[in-house]
Amino acid sequence: MRIAMANRMTPYMFMAPAAVIMAIALLYPLGYMVWGSFRDWNPSQSIGEAEFVGLKNYIFLWSDPNFHESLGVTLRFAFFVVSIEMVLGVGLALLLDRDIRGMSVLRTMFILPMMIAPVVVGLMWRYMYHPTIGTFNRFLESIGLPKVDWLGDYALTSIIIADIWQWTPFIFILSLAALQSLPRSALEAARIDGATPWQQIIHIKLPLMMPVLIVTGLLRLIDAFKVLEVILVMTNGGPGLSTEILALRISRTATEFRELGVAAAMSNYLLILLLLLTVAMFAFTRWQEARAAKLRMVVEDDD
Amino acid sequence: MAYTERQNPAFYAVIALLVFMSVGPVILMFANSFKLDVDIISGTGGLLFLPTIQNYEKALCDVLWYEPNHVDFCSLKFGGAFINSLIIALISTVLTLVIGCMAAYALVRFRFMGRDTVSLSTLMVRMVPPAVLLVPVFGLWNNEFCLDRDGLIGGAIRDVFGGRGDVCLAGTHSGIILIYVAMNLPFVIWILQSFIVQVPRSLEEAARVDGAGPFQVFFKVVLPLIKPGLAAAAIFTFRIAWNEYLLASALSDRNTKTVPILIVNNMSEFNVEWGVIMATGMLLAIPPIIFTLLASRQIITGMTAGAVKG
Repeated sequence: MRIAMANRMTPYMFMAPAAVIMAIALLYPLGYMVWGSFRDWNPSQSIGEAEFVGLKNYIFLWSDPNFHESLGVTLRFAFFVVSIEMVLGVGLALLLDRDIRGMSVLRTMFILPMMIAPVVVGLMWRYMYHPTIGTFNRFLESIGLPKVDWLGDYALTSIIIADIWQWTPFIFILSLAALQSLPRSALEAARIDGATPWQQIIHIKLPLMMPVLIVTGLLRLIDAFKVLEVILVMTNGGPGLSTEILALRISRTATEFRELGVAAAMSNYLLILLLLLTVAMFAFTRWQEARAAKLRMVVEDDD
Repeated sequence: MAYTERQNPAFYAVIALLVFMSVGPVILMFANSFKLDVDIISGTGGLLFLPTIQNYEKALCDVLWYEPNHVDFCSLKFGGAFINSLIIALISTVLTLVIGCMAAYALVRFRFMGRDTVSLSTLMVRMVPPAVLLVPVFGLWNNEFCLDRDGLIGGAIRDVFGGRGDVCLAGTHSGIILIYVAMNLPFVIWILQSFIVQVPRSLEEAARVDGAGPFQVFFKVVLPLIKPGLAAAAIFTFRIAWNEYLLASALSDRNTKTVPILIVNNMSEFNVEWGVIMATGMLLAIPPIIFTLLASRQIITGMTAGAVKG
């Protein structure tokens, strides 16, 4: 009797620590943030002392030009980063999907940029972009071209380049994995039928890779909204607001302007945006699975 | 099999270029960390220069056993920050793995929740940017999650460790560790779950027939079999805890600063000492680089499991 009881309790005992920690340190803080976003709250107050102001923070942000600017920068950054990285990463995967000796070494070298701390990545690129001592301007100077003010006039482009450097390998590795798990029979058949390499890519490889590519792209998109440290170190949002993405603006609103309520409301806007993306992604994978299952059923019926 | 013919040399050129592009900046930083500031600024030499470890001596001046004669004042307390980073990253990795492993096991073996629920919550947590957690965590760790200094436990802690004010999570190692564990748990549970599913049930039943309890089955049968998964999960957790800046900067105080905070603080100064900064950056980058070189296979497994398995 006691053993049966203990057995029934086992799963709960195994689950309990994880559930408790996530409730305390994730769910509660998120709820707390939603609550705080309705208040005029500064860091020296506890949330109970802060005055309840209803939707004031949200309405303020809705008409705040700085917030609009920041949102625009975020969307532009995410759009360019994800689309360029997808094209480059998938292109490289298609190009390098061969039996090349040393492929594993290549992959190891490729994941290095992702593993290094974003702070350090920002540091390296800030040095390379430096107007006088940086690598790029030195190079331009040595071949006789005018210097470029990378982190000034072209700040957004420069941070996009840095992000592409860091994260293209992610897409490369995922699409290479997808490419190598494609059914060999379909490719073989196409080759026997005389499809050119381009036709194979466009009509067979890309459509078959599509589910993985879409998930990869969405994962990257979600992550693009989280980039903060690289930009913080490289430009700190400047010049002006030209590279101040939302995550950076939230942290500055909280720590420099000391308006926790506004920062919380901004966080909520960002969360809603990301929630929509995530739900879309989840719905897509489920739909994909359902379709695959249906196809399999049809095939089995045919047999 | 498909492409056994000899490859065009142009491909090797492309590969060499790609490797150069992805590793180049790291090597550049490595080289610069051994240069004096004068050399970095004047740009002499390129890769031909006399290496000096002065930058590293300056960065590590608080833990060196000798006093380098070019350092007159030890301003950069890198050694302490390095130890803080190490404590925080290691403890949070171990905790996340143990707790995540137990939860993943329960989810798989006791059919606790559907796989859908787990993947959905993993995704949900993955989508939360650290910047979003900044405000609530800062508020909670400083106010709500405090023990009154006149209370029973809080008073006891104050008597032992000294200090003023209430006993709060903010400013302690455990405060930072707690948020890292929570942030990483869903991902770890998800990865480990996909490994535990592959452990044959009959193996566990055999152990149970031989009289092992649920905990024994877990520790002696399941754990050894999912080592690759554990390695992948450990590297990912360690990387996040080791590299994270934002939450650590909000939650740490003078004594619990981690290395990323130190680097950012020194970068925002007007006169950047490039040599020293690159030396600290290099020291921060070394553990992830070692992991990458040793366990790239596991890292790639973890990364692809994230997307390909949906």
